[in-house]
Amino acid sequence: MSDGRQKHNRAWWLVLPVVVSVAFTAIIPLMTVVNYSVQDIFSPFDRIFVGLDWFRDVARDPEVRGALVRTLIFSAQVLLIEIPLGVLIAVCMPRRGWTVSVALVLVALPLLIPWNVVGTIWQIFARGDIGLGGWAVNKVVNFNYTLDSADAWITVLAMDVWHWTPLVVLLAYAGLRSIPDPYFQAAQIDGASAWATFRHIQLPRLRGVLTIAILLRFMDSFMIYTEPFVVTGGGPGNATSFLSILLSKIAVGQFDLGPAGAFSLLYFLIVQIVCYVFFTVLTRSGR
Amino acid sequence: MADIRLEEVGHRYTDDWAVRPMTWTWRSGRAYALLGPSGCGKTTLLNIISGLLTPTQGRVYFDDRDVTSVPTAGRDIAQVFQFPVLYEEMSVYNNLAFPLRNRKYPRKEVDERVRRVASLLGLEEHLGRRARRLDAGRQQIVSLGRGLVRSGVAAVLLDEPLTVVDPALKWTLRSKLKEIHRDTGHTLIYVTHDQTEALTFADEVVVLKDGAIVQSGTPEELFLSPAHEFVGHFIGSPGMNMLPATVVDGEVRIGGACVGRAAGLPLPGERGAPGSTGTAGSVITGPVPGPRSAQAMPISAGPVRLGVRPEFVRLGGSGLSARVTGVDDLGAYLLVHAEVDGHALTAKTAPGAPVSGEHVRFERAFLFRDEVRIGEVVA
Amino acid sequence: MRRLPWARTVFWLYAATLMLPLLWMFGMSIRPNADILGAFSLVPQRVTLENYETFFTDSTWYSSYLNSIVYTSMNTVMSLVVALPAAYAFSRFRFAGDKHLFFWLLTNRMAPPAVFLLPFFQIYQSVGLFDTHLGVALAHMLFNVPLAVWILEGFMSGIPREIDETAAIDGYSLPGFFFRIFLPMIRSAIGVTAFFCFMFSWVELLIARTITSVDAKPIAATMTRTVSAAGVDWGLLAAAGVMTIIPGAILIWFVRNYIAKGFALGRV
Repeated sequence: MSDGRQKHNRAWWLVLPVVVSVAFTAIIPLMTVVNYSVQDIFSPFDRIFVGLDWFRDVARDPEVRGALVRTLIFSAQVLLIEIPLGVLIAVCMPRRGWTVSVALVLVALPLLIPWNVVGTIWQIFARGDIGLGGWAVNKVVNFNYTLDSADAWITVLAMDVWHWTPLVVLLAYAGLRSIPDPYFQAAQIDGASAWATFRHIQLPRLRGVLTIAILLRFMDSFMIYTEPFVVTGGGPGNATSFLSILLSKIAVGQFDLGPAGAFSLLYFLIVQIVCYVFFTVLTRSGR
Repeated sequence: MADIRLEEVGHRYTDDWAVRPMTWTWRSGRAYALLGPSGCGKTTLLNIISGLLTPTQGRVYFDDRDVTSVPTAGRDIAQVFQFPVLYEEMSVYNNLAFPLRNRKYPRKEVDERVRRVASLLGLEEHLGRRARRLDAGRQQIVSLGRGLVRSGVAAVLLDEPLTVVDPALKWTLRSKLKEIHRDTGHTLIYVTHDQTEALTFADEVVVLKDGAIVQSGTPEELFLSPAHEFVGHFIGSPGMNMLPATVVDGEVRIGGACVGRAAGLPLPGERGAPGSTGTAGSVITGPVPGPRSAQAMPISAGPVRLGVRPEFVRLGGSGLSARVTGVDDLGAYLLVHAEVDGHALTAKTAPGAPVSGEHVRFERAFLFRDEVRIGEVVA
Repeated sequence: MRRLPWARTVFWLYAATLMLPLLWMFGMSIRPNADILGAFSLVPQRVTLENYETFFTDSTWYSSYLNSIVYTSMNTVMSLVVALPAAYAFSRFRFAGDKHLFFWLLTNRMAPPAVFLLPFFQIYQSVGLFDTHLGVALAHMLFNVPLAVWILEGFMSGIPREIDETAAIDGYSLPGFFFRIFLPMIRSAIGVTAFFCFMFSWVELLIARTITSVDAKPIAATMTRTVSAAGVDWGLLAAAGVMTIIPGAILIWFVRNYIAKGFALGRV
């Protein structure tokens, strides 16, 4: 980060708009959440300071722990499937001619659908009676995502892979296209196999975009709410009850502001820690 | 090592030829510079030789072996690109070993060869470093090394390899390249648009324009005896003066005044022609019309263009009348700007030489028609 | 470069799989409800446009569609306007706290939206931004500004600093240089960033629904309220779903060349 940029503190003026806008959208609400988290609120005029009690309760709550484990497993599966698949598809994507435009638009389509619509699409698509996907799977094995926990999990995972792998594809494709031709020509001259070319030219040069892809996919999969909420509502039982679904149940459903506040902050903290670890590992590995 | 022979090789990406059909031989062990402006087809020609491109027509031979359809990896060509192409996450050692490992050389031989090339290129102490930690100049050396490390390298192709290297390093690198050429005896083809680079580097300079070779020869030949207006213009600093003239009754006239007699001159590369390159078999084809065996043949009457290098314009008391319009003192020499018959003319003279005088004489002047040289001016 | 022989097949198979749920939704949008819930059939038995007719004639549908377009466009413009100078500062200057500020910005992209629902509701109501387009656009800056700064900074770092210096020597002021030289140079970055901002704002529901009720209600929220006494109106829902894909599809058509040209992101 110190590559010859000039020292220039007036640059703060350029950053100011960002700081102000993010302060309005992030800091003030966050402070409100902190405020909730340390109080027991009975009504707007009747509240008592409870210190870190809520945090302790939330951290000990088996339901929260269960949701945390589920969310972590879900994020891990999402990353393990979507990143390699996205890179593979990007490598296979056309590079010349009018098919490039068609391919890009097709791939991007799932990204442009509002999340609850994604949920709705899959809610129908995966149904055994009226949905093509569920109907087809039902021909092979018995499949019903509203009753069977494993089926529900698979449906949510398949939906996420369908929905978000395109983001990885787009980023990886853009990264691949930025590699100048001579790199591939040199690899040809050096007699590199397709795999060696991928391993030693394409992959190293994708490090930047893949770091972004991994971080974005982790953040968003760890915070996933709308899609599973629409499809399964967290069920059956709490098979697909992720942290965010549990949180909004506590905050909006039960209106327990204190525990919800403490929950939110712990949640936020976990995302940040994991992102920081990813960020550090991924940037270090390139040095 | 081998002679690289192109037979009727041409390439087009669209309707226009990027490289016009040509027959040409790159002789084993020589250092060639391929000189021309951007977009003249230099890189295309290079990629045809290395096999990165299959030409639209024609055959490519390495000695007698037809390699037209042989992929790049099978041609044993070393190629260096405009900017360093490295396997960035590998060490210098692994970069050099990469082509050998791909070809399944035994481990011991890999090590031997890598160390030999490293010592040739002066990279021994950098072998353990990450390739991308090196400066741009060394990175180019590493890219070159990846080509040289294999056995039986047919030729080393360099595509403007010094573009990204800063000027101070350029000289060092260029002499390094010459040294390597001397030590290994590989054929070198060095693409550049920089005449200084080409002239200081090569045994033979090949000038390319619009996808065709317009002239080849030693730097001296290109300077003293340009066969094409483009060569006169592109080589030399400043380029050749071009003046409209007419040939009437064997006399060359500019604005009515006679400057000498016109004598037909065969093009270089043809038998017995003065200024021929001596590279037998180097036949120029493509858009080079004009007399093919016009030794001492009179030139037909009509308009021509007279080309004279600034170095061969003499100011003085006799000759064509001229008016001096300005002088640039460039330290090592003077550039005198004059006007002859309403056309600008530049002369290069030693500092301190008189710049006065109302007349100019030409010491070596050539006549061009349709850009191609057809003759010279004799007294 | 050399392509693997099966690459083409792999890609088009993937693309086809990707299209299946979408085609299924489209198929539903042109069937009457009775057919959807009736017997399973691959192709619609009876084709009807009545679902689309309802969409375009019922004001709750088309006005919420317009609402979404309005606040998403506002958000895209606002995010870019705010992020451009900041990204420039991060890519060109070192200043007190720049490193921390950059990471702090990113952390806001990591805030689970669910965390902010209640505070947003309270704050936007107290400052009079509740149920306004501006309010939603502002709220979505929470995740779009950090992302925009991140992407733009990556692009800008790839542009040599010498260009700034040359322009300064040529007598350009910083704003003059920025608008006349720098912005045109990074228009592909702006296109790509605009695409991602539009996309993330367009698809977000949770926050948008929380801070709106009628006047700025997003299409996505309208779609969650199709359950009537007669059950879910699947056909209308599918038709609305098809309509929600269109603005983004138009946008991606405009920026496709920027993506096809490629970009590598600098900082990380």
